[in-house]
Amino acid sequence: MELCSFLTLDSLITDPLTHDFMRKALLMSSLVAAVCGFLSSYLTLKGWALMGDAVSHSVMPGVVVAYALGLPFSLGAFIFGVGSVALIGFIKQKSRVKEDTVIGLVFTGFFALGIVLVSKIKSNIDLHSILFGSPLGISLSDVKQTIIISLLVVILLSIFRKDLMLYCFDPRHAKTVGINVLFLHYLLLTCLSLAAVVGLQSVGIILVVAMLITPGATAYLLTDKFDNMTIISVLSAIISSLIGIYISFWFDLETGGSIVLAQTFIFLFAFLFAPRYGIFKLKKFFAGYK
Amino acid sequence: MESINYQNFRIDAENICVDYNGKVALYDANLRLKPGQICGLVGMNGAGKTTFFNALTGFVNISKGKIRINGESVRSAQKDQTIAYVPQSEGIDSQFPINVWDVVMMGRYGSMNIFRCPRESDVQAVKDAIERVDLTDHLSTPIGNLSGGQRKRTFLARAIAQRASILLLDEPFSGVDIRTEKLISELFIQFKNEGKTILLSTHDMIHVREFCDLVLLINKTVVAYGETSEVFTPENITTTFGGISPDFLFGPES
Repeated sequence: MELCSFLTLDSLITDPLTHDFMRKALLMSSLVAAVCGFLSSYLTLKGWALMGDAVSHSVMPGVVVAYALGLPFSLGAFIFGVGSVALIGFIKQKSRVKEDTVIGLVFTGFFALGIVLVSKIKSNIDLHSILFGSPLGISLSDVKQTIIISLLVVILLSIFRKDLMLYCFDPRHAKTVGINVLFLHYLLLTCLSLAAVVGLQSVGIILVVAMLITPGATAYLLTDKFDNMTIISVLSAIISSLIGIYISFWFDLETGGSIVLAQTFIFLFAFLFAPRYGIFKLKKFFAGYK
Repeated sequence: MESINYQNFRIDAENICVDYNGKVALYDANLRLKPGQICGLVGMNGAGKTTFFNALTGFVNISKGKIRINGESVRSAQKDQTIAYVPQSEGIDSQFPINVWDVVMMGRYGSMNIFRCPRESDVQAVKDAIERVDLTDHLSTPIGNLSGGQRKRTFLARAIAQRASILLLDEPFSGVDIRTEKLISELFIQFKNEGKTILLSTHDMIHVREFCDLVLLINKTVVAYGETSEVFTPENITTTFGGISPDFLFGPES
């Protein structure tokens, strides 16, 4: 009972902030969430959820090899992320196997390679933190990498914001008016790889795809304007990250899982109560009372 | 001796072939259109109509032949905003979170700077285009909330805003209401008078007779091409549609 007097709402929020690792985790995860949320609008509209899953799993061997060689892990991850996409494209073109099958077999192959490499390469790689993320244990060099990559992705997406929207909406028109569609395709893939790289620190390789699609899907249910969709997507991603980290701190839960669960709950809320596209259509409900 | 002046032709496609991974979609197709001409593109599903459009816009590469747009390459036609493409209704995601104004503004992207910031002239072009298709009351309506006809008009407005001299329209009359159909046919006459060149694909034989100066019948290659009055015969149509009688297509009275 004594304990209760300490657990005011205020202290629940501020106490964790006295820890250096918590401040860092909250800041970095918000940044990562913002980047992934930004990209998420494009991926959900383009229908690249499976592609996001593929890229994020495929970076695994890259991370392991980079760690073993003492290189920045983002470099290794990026190479394998882009490489997996290239391989998917190549196999799809050269065989009669359907695209979703090709995606599935390529990314599981890469992922398996990563796991085998971890077991073979003697190093201090923490498999658990790669698979499930470790926002609370993020190192200073990781912080630097994350900030640089995040800025890069945000700048690229901001510059080509409208072109990418057009590319997702009507690539044929884009091509007809002389916009370089192939460039936009690879730009989006590059951003996807980079976002997967930063996202995996927060929630790990297995769940990073959630960071890349859930915020966008939530926002899609809440608005009919693309710009608003991006804003809602980024905000819901950041809020989920904050909620997830706090909850994992209070109840001593896995942080990555908590972040993704928070995103899932926000999506479910939108799914049920979104004004126009929710199951219960709150707008109509309230209109009935007028 | 007089050589052909390719500048006279808006569209000049010569023996073009398109294949997708070895599967031939279109072969030895020819088409020449001058300013102010309206040409109907008629053929079965899978006869290569959309492929023909894709080749003209540069969305797919041709494996053989040559395409000149105003005497120049497809690439420079893209840069000059010469060709506008109006997609068929099934070709776009109607649930995309975008409103009428923004779709029409996309017609101006090609001539904007890299950030696609609209200038005064772009805003004016979009306003005018939306007015011409009678959608001024729907500027900020999401395309998902439009009727099929209104959506068709939105994409037509995008082509108008682009100020292209060549319009390619994929099934412009499919799934539209009477009002839209009337508006589109009026626009066609205006376009013709403005000297624009129009190539439209259609399933509806009556529209071909009504609007098209020329008709191009295709079934993987050109079956017949020429003045509608001469070429659009029951025999040619039967050939184009693989032996189906034109009575079946037109109804017995025609």
